[in-house]
Formats: sequence, structure tokens, C-alpha cells
Amino acid sequence: MQMTQSQKILAAHAGKKSVAAGDLIMAGLDLVLGNDITAPVAINEYRKHGAGCVFDCQKIALVMDHFTPNKDIKAAEQTKQVRDFAREKGIEHYYDTGEVGVEHCLLPEKGLVVAGDLVIGADSHTCTYGALGAFSTGVGSTDMAVGMAHGKAWFKVPKAMQFRLHGKLRKWVSGKDVILHIIGKTGVDGALYKSMEYCGEGVANLSMDDRLCICNMAIEAGAKNGIFPVDEQTLEYIAAHSKRKPQVYEADPDAEYESVTDINLDEVPCTVAFPHLPSNTRTFDDMPEVRIDQVVIGSCTNGRLSDLQVAAEILKGRKVHKDVRTLIIPGTQKIYLDALKLGLLEIFVNAGCAVSTPTCGPCLGGHMGILAAGERALATTNRNFVGRMGHPSSEVYLGSPAVAAATALNGIITEPAGL
Amino acid sequence: MAITGKVIRYGDNVDTDVIIPARYLNSSDPKELAAHCMEDLDKTFVDRVRPGDIMVGGQNFGCGSSREHAPIAIKASGIACVVAKSFARIFYRNAINTGLPIVEFDGEIDEGDQLEIDFEKGLLKNLSKGSEGNFPPFPEFLQKIIAAGGLFKAMEEPL
Ligand code: SF4
Repeated sequence: MQMTQSQKILAAHAGKKSVAAGDLIMAGLDLVLGNDITAPVAINEYRKHGAGCVFDCQKIALVMDHFTPNKDIKAAEQTKQVRDFAREKGIEHYYDTGEVGVEHCLLPEKGLVVAGDLVIGADSHTCTYGALGAFSTGVGSTDMAVGMAHGKAWFKVPKAMQFRLHGKLRKWVSGKDVILHIIGKTGVDGALYKSMEYCGEGVANLSMDDRLCICNMAIEAGAKNGIFPVDEQTLEYIAAHSKRKPQVYEADPDAEYESVTDINLDEVPCTVAFPHLPSNTRTFDDMPEVRIDQVVIGSCTNGRLSDLQVAAEILKGRKVHKDVRTLIIPGTQKIYLDALKLGLLEIFVNAGCAVSTPTCGPCLGGHMGILAAGERALATTNRNFVGRMGHPSSEVYLGSPAVAAATALNGIITEPAGL
Repeated sequence: MAITGKVIRYGDNVDTDVIIPARYLNSSDPKELAAHCMEDLDKTFVDRVRPGDIMVGGQNFGCGSSREHAPIAIKASGIACVVAKSFARIFYRNAINTGLPIVEFDGEIDEGDQLEIDFEKGLLKNLSKGSEGNFPPFPEFLQKIIAAGGLFKAMEEPL
């Protein structure tokens, strides 16, 4: 039986020689993730069933990133509930204010995920870790609760779509543009229940940050997971961040794919998703003049160091438009510190940006930069649904850090190359 | 088991951010969540929904975040079942795991129609239109989870 990369990881964790698309399997987990919104629901469920010890106190990550630093009393109660649970169960990887980062930036950096892992997270963007050659996918709180108790989850083995990457991205074009470009073509349910598997010689030309960004938004195409092959760059990244040994799984040469798409990275343009769907994409050949009230650079999609570096390159020695509130949110404390050492934070503050401690904050309309009725934001985040960043009549446009920085300068959606 | 109920209908890609906006996720109390269900898409929903009503959507119902608060809010608002042409996969899992009945069905259904749904037979009758059609029942594996009373209980016996 020929298998895809994703199917191989699932088979290995289910203790089977092979699996086929459509099989329902029970598989052992390497990591179970939850945050300050989803973990409380999981903990209630866990306690309701009187579950005692967790399956493994090293293999659970609880990341308090959404409404933290606690935005109100209810949020404070929720993180307290998780903190108490983590202490009681001796859960090692509990991250709170001061140490916390946006979960999908934090976990790879802490070395909690390596190639070959099977990961579930009660957060839809758990699919990010496919960049490391792991099978990881978002689930709900009940799945998380069962995962914490038993170290297992059920899966329907997915079919896969293959994306063959060729060439190299042009200046100012990033992983974000690649994934927006793909979602613009597939639609928000084009990959429903499927894996998005990347391959081709173009992979080597994408940085780890680009790959993390591309896998992060697999869910915006409806996919179960996104996954990259493991190459030298991946292994170097893992060796630099983790003590664990990676396990490399490769797709069989004649594995079956539901579709095969060739993408020339040289031809991918800067792409922006208009409200209210990530698939509603446009390029600058056909861009109306859109005035922007707020720019957000951050999130689990684009809050990494290279994202801040690109933004700083554009903002250096300049001032953001007086009508644009520009927020910069480093993804983790380490990224914050690196940005500080490299002088990026100084560039941002001098340009008139607000720099925040790591948090999801405005990405989900939680706090730290909410939009009023009718306001528009250009954000490097991943969702632009109705009301996502504030008032139901506000609008979110999704773009790369380069587009975001250029837009902050001009006050209208701007292509970085034209500056 | 069969249910009958009146339809409240929405379109394609109903996402979890409109089912229950993130600004209310600082609570996990079903009653509180239900009080804001569908608010950003349909302000009238909370006032007009009656226990036993059936929510109908198009393609990709429940797309977006993994928040289990979404099926919890819908269930607590009194909705007896969600019928859609297709469901986003995390919502599908969460509905099964939390006991919100869902049906994948592609047929003509309008706002206010009266539906009768027989889960065992996999039969959906549109009483207002006098039409009917079949839908695939859940695979056996998932039926066991539902029969056991949720995933947690099911895990106590080997699946
Ligand atoms: S940054 Fe946004 S998308 Fe990412 S985990 Fe936080 S809320 Fe979710």
C-alpha cells in the first residue's frame, strides 16, 4: 500500500503497517496542546469524568496566549483554572504571562514538536507544525480532554492534495503570499478533510518561517493538515531547538493524490485577502484604493523574527501614516528579545508603532487593538471573518508583513515594491 | 429517533466567529454563550429561536476556529439539530463529541419549513414541501462514540 507522508505518520502511531484514506484509527499522541480559551472547557470535561493523572505530564502544553495579560476578571478566572490544573497534575509545559508566546510560534521554538510527531491541539492552527514534518491538527476541547487522559485520539485517515513548488520567491514576496495565493485558488473548503502535502525543489528555497506560515493557514483551505518534507534546513532547525530525535517519514513515490498542483514561486505575486473570507484574494494588478485605520503585524501566522525584520526594513527611518494605528506583536518572548537586540523595536517605536508583549490580542478580536464600527485593518493574521477583529461592521484585510508595513506608511493598501 | 422542527436557515461558510464571537469566549457557561449565539450574523436569532428548531446551513458549516463553544452555544440555544450540505471538520468532530446532532444533507430547504428527521433511517422529510431524501448515517465507529454517551465514556471501553 503506497502512502502519503501524513498517512505514514498516522500508521506508525496507530501501530499499523499501513493505512488507507478513509480508515478510522485510534492513534497514540506525542503532544496535546490547549490554550486559555479551549483548555478550561477541556478541564471541565476532564473533571466531570473524574479522570485522575494525565497520560504524560511532559507531553501536554498549556499556553495562556489569547486573552493574556488577563484582559478582564473572567479571563483571569479562566487562566487561573488552567494554572491550578497544571500545578495539580504536574504539567511541565505550562506557559503564562512573562514566559508565554503565541502558541504556534512558541512550541517549535521550545522544541516541543519534532519531525514525525503526531500532535493534536485544541486550536485550529495546530496544523502549523507540519512545517517540521509532523502530523498535527486542530481538534476541540473534548478531544483535548481525552488526549490528556489517554494520550490517544481518533482520526479518519485523510486523502491528500500535492503541491509541487518550483523556483524561488521574488523580493518582498513571502510564504504568506504563497498560502493566500493557494487559498484564493482552492477556496475555503477546497481541501476539506484533506492533507496539503508540499514537495519539489522549491521547498529548499523557503525558510522555516515561510513553511510555518504556509502550514499555519492550511485550515483556511479547510484542510486537516499541511506538511512539508524534512530536509537539511528542517533538521538544523530541530537540532537547534530540541533535544528530541526527529523521525523522518517520506511519501512513497507512487502515493495517491487527489490533485497535483504545480506552483512557480517566481510567479507568486503579493496577495491580499479581502473581507470576509481568506479565499477572497486580490493582487496589486487589480487593487482598489482601500483606506486603512489599523495595521497589525504579529500572530501565529506572521509574528516571527523574519516577519519583524521585513517590516523593519520598510519602516526604518520613516513614519507611519498619521491616520494608521500600527501594532507590532512579536510572537514570543525570545522573538521580542531578538528584535530588541537587533534594534528592530527602536525602528518600530521611532516610526510611530505600538509594540506589544506577545499575545493573540487583536487577531481574534480579544483585546489590544479592537476595531470600531466601519473601521478597516490590514493584518498579517489568518482570518478575516465578520467581526473577527471587533465590531461586526469592521473589516479585516489579510496580507504579508511587507504589505502591512508598506500600508502603514501610506494609509492605503500598498505594494512594498512600489515604495 | 425522529425529531420535527422549524427551519432557521443560513448560507455557506457559516464560521465559528459568527456562531459565537471570540469576545464572549472568556466564559464557557453554555447559557451565557447561547445568549450571544449567531449575534454577528443574525441579531434576531436569539429572540426567535424556539426549543426544537433546526438550523440549516450550506457548504462548510462551522469553518474557522476549533472552539467547542460553537456547538455548545447552538445546542444551549435550543437548536435540536444542524443540517448542512457539508461541515468543516473540527466542527464535525466537536458536534459528535458534545452530542449536538448534525446531518449532512443536500436538498431544497427554506426558512420556516417544517422538517422531520429520522436519524436511524437516515431520512429527512420536508413536510412543508412534501419532499424527502436520504442522508448517510454515521460510520459505526462514530455511532459507538455517540451510543457510549460521548468520547470520554467511549474511551473507557475499547473501540
Ligand atoms: S494568533 Fe490568532 S489565529 Fe493564532 S492562535 Fe492566536 S488567535 Fe488563533
